[in-house]
Amino acid sequence: MDEQLKAELGKQGIFATTLQDLYNWGRKSSVWPLNFGLACCAIEMIATTMARYDLARFGAEVFRPSPRQADLMIVAGTVTKKMAPQVVRLYNQMPEPKYVISMGACAISGGPFKQGYNVLKGIDRYIPVDVYIPGCPPRPEALIDAFMMLQKKIDQQQLTGAARPRHLNAEQASEFIVPHFGAHDLEPTQNPAVWKAPLVQITKAGTDESGRN
Amino acid sequence: MNLDATKSAIEAAVPGCHLEIVANPSPSAQHSLLVDPEHALAVATFLRDSPDLRLDFCSNVTGIDWPPRELSEKVKVKQTVDGVEKEVDEVRKTTIPGFLEVVYHLFSVTHKTIEPLPLRLRTADREAGVHLPSLTPVWRSAEFQEREIFDLFGVHFDGHPDLRRILMWDGFVDHPMRRDYVDPDDYEYEPTAHDQVLKRAGQHQSEGAAK
Repeated sequence: MDEQLKAELGKQGIFATTLQDLYNWGRKSSVWPLNFGLACCAIEMIATTMARYDLARFGAEVFRPSPRQADLMIVAGTVTKKMAPQVVRLYNQMPEPKYVISMGACAISGGPFKQGYNVLKGIDRYIPVDVYIPGCPPRPEALIDAFMMLQKKIDQQQLTGAARPRHLNAEQASEFIVPHFGAHDLEPTQNPAVWKAPLVQITKAGTDESGRN
Repeated sequence: MNLDATKSAIEAAVPGCHLEIVANPSPSAQHSLLVDPEHALAVATFLRDSPDLRLDFCSNVTGIDWPPRELSEKVKVKQTVDGVEKEVDEVRKTTIPGFLEVVYHLFSVTHKTIEPLPLRLRTADREAGVHLPSLTPVWRSAEFQEREIFDLFGVHFDGHPDLRRILMWDGFVDHPMRRDYVDPDDYEYEPTAHDQVLKRAGQHQSEGAAK
């Protein structure tokens, strides 16, 4: 609908909207996160919900203890390889539409533990992530910013057409591969449908473009 | 009680035990006591219960991996070359077999000791003979830390009440804290790559570019 016409009609006391606007407005205003924290980032997440930062202003005060009632998974903290299958399983148990915020350096890439033997190098290897928040840990303001970004994302979703979100497309999977414990590592080490190694140009003095000596 | 006195006290109380003082050459001079595995439990019980020592608090248990080392030393050997006796330098190489070590840090709350008594146990090798007696029956606080050493170093503690992996999953076969552990190559992208990491990342990048 034409925004200008809408504004003009609004001046005349006529409220006009579309089903899509209404639908997206409803969903973005009541995103219920899963009550789920993994490490120190969870402390910041808890602080965000408390009176000082008050995430309730954005319609997300109801942290659900069950994945069946949650819309948003805030992966707040270090995902160890031992915990990763449970995180993916919780995500699979959430009903569509569902969103993921990857909070902090560890959830994004493994953070300071990236080269360790027991830490997953980013939860985006197994589940699709909507918003990443860098920081170690990110401040509550950063989480609120991520939350507002997610709301904007929800607001812009088209209900029809090829670009419609996953939950309106029956052909797209809403469950993802749960890795199992292998002899040396998780198997598979990543879900190729979700994650591909980013091609980043690594250059350093004394090396060619591919980073080789 | 200094370490020498402690050593003689243990030798008097536990007949047949083999003790050795492992000197620490650093300024801390925190020498430790190496105990043979057969008598470790008896020695530990004595250390805890002896009224003079009363080492009733085991604050820390840790593991050390000693991979096989090769020592080369120059030795002067007398050789007869063309009927003339000469001194010739010869390089002798000796391989010191690897072993695993477990260190217990002991304190006495009763006597308010401020310095720990480090107690060392050594395994026979790094493959089959990795069995050591568990000291959990003596110091309960060693339970989880012995499990951690079992998990990360692969030392089997005989007599441990619940010897399972604690950090890694049960199906995991490696011991990540051993020096020869090779971690799975799963960091394809590294923003601050350097040295080994840069090499690995570079390989992945060139593989990705070729695809």
